[in-house]
Amino acid sequence: MDARRLDEESSAWLRRLSAGGRERREAERELHARLVRIAVAEVRRRQSGTPVTGPELDDVAHQAADDAMVAILAKLAGFRGESRFMTWAYRFVILEVSSKLGRHYWRAPAVALDAAQWERMPERFGLDPAGHAEAAAVLAEVRRVVDQDLTDHQRRVFIAIVVDGIPLDALAARLGMPRNALYKVVFDARRKIRRALAANGYMDEPGLERR
Amino acid sequence: MSDLGELERFLRTDPRDLGCAEAMAVLHVYVELVAAGQDAAGRYPGIAAHLAACGPCDEDFTGLLLAATGD
Repeated sequence: MDARRLDEESSAWLRRLSAGGRERREAERELHARLVRIAVAEVRRRQSGTPVTGPELDDVAHQAADDAMVAILAKLAGFRGESRFMTWAYRFVILEVSSKLGRHYWRAPAVALDAAQWERMPERFGLDPAGHAEAAAVLAEVRRVVDQDLTDHQRRVFIAIVVDGIPLDALAARLGMPRNALYKVVFDARRKIRRALAANGYMDEPGLERR
Repeated sequence: MSDLGELERFLRTDPRDLGCAEAMAVLHVYVELVAAGQDAAGRYPGIAAHLAACGPCDEDFTGLLLAATGD
């Protein structure tokens, strides 16, 4: 995007961060302070879903802000003005917080990898297989498809995320895979399971299925 | 209890769903459209479909919206 179309504040940030000497240092200090503030607010917003607490949570926030700062400065030339500069910059720190909290999950995991807690599956989806034969049959069919029709990789990822409830970012950190790749695995597994349920009369036609 | 609705919704996939990488690449643009009260979902249906299905990306969307609008 043409730099002349940038809003005034965004233009000023770009100019100051591209300058030399004291002006740039001041801009970097100011930007970093803002990133820290956003990161601290974000880790606190998410604290119920992480084993990290207290001062360690603030440490995570500061690490996220530091890493976001490095990424922002490295990618400054790639800012095209599609949004305000600060919204673009905050995206880096929000994504860093996600990634870092995902890694910290394994310090005190709620469930181990490959636990396969199928008995908790009904609760996750508000089902009562003991009182409802249909729910029991559907859950049995889901498990059959997972066991028999998914690939080994799909099965492991589906069980970890859907059956055991391991956060996507935590599994991504553990397996060294990007979030997007794991999401695609689960997406394909969901489609395969639904098609099987539809084919066997447990659910209506799959509908919007092709991707 | 035992309404299959939640499981059914979870298993339903949307072909417009662009996935995490593409959603995150334009999250800042999407967030500003939402913050401005514009039709972000209409302009980026693939992003809207993804955020509706992906909890972690929706969490990032919420965090960025709060950051951008609270600034």
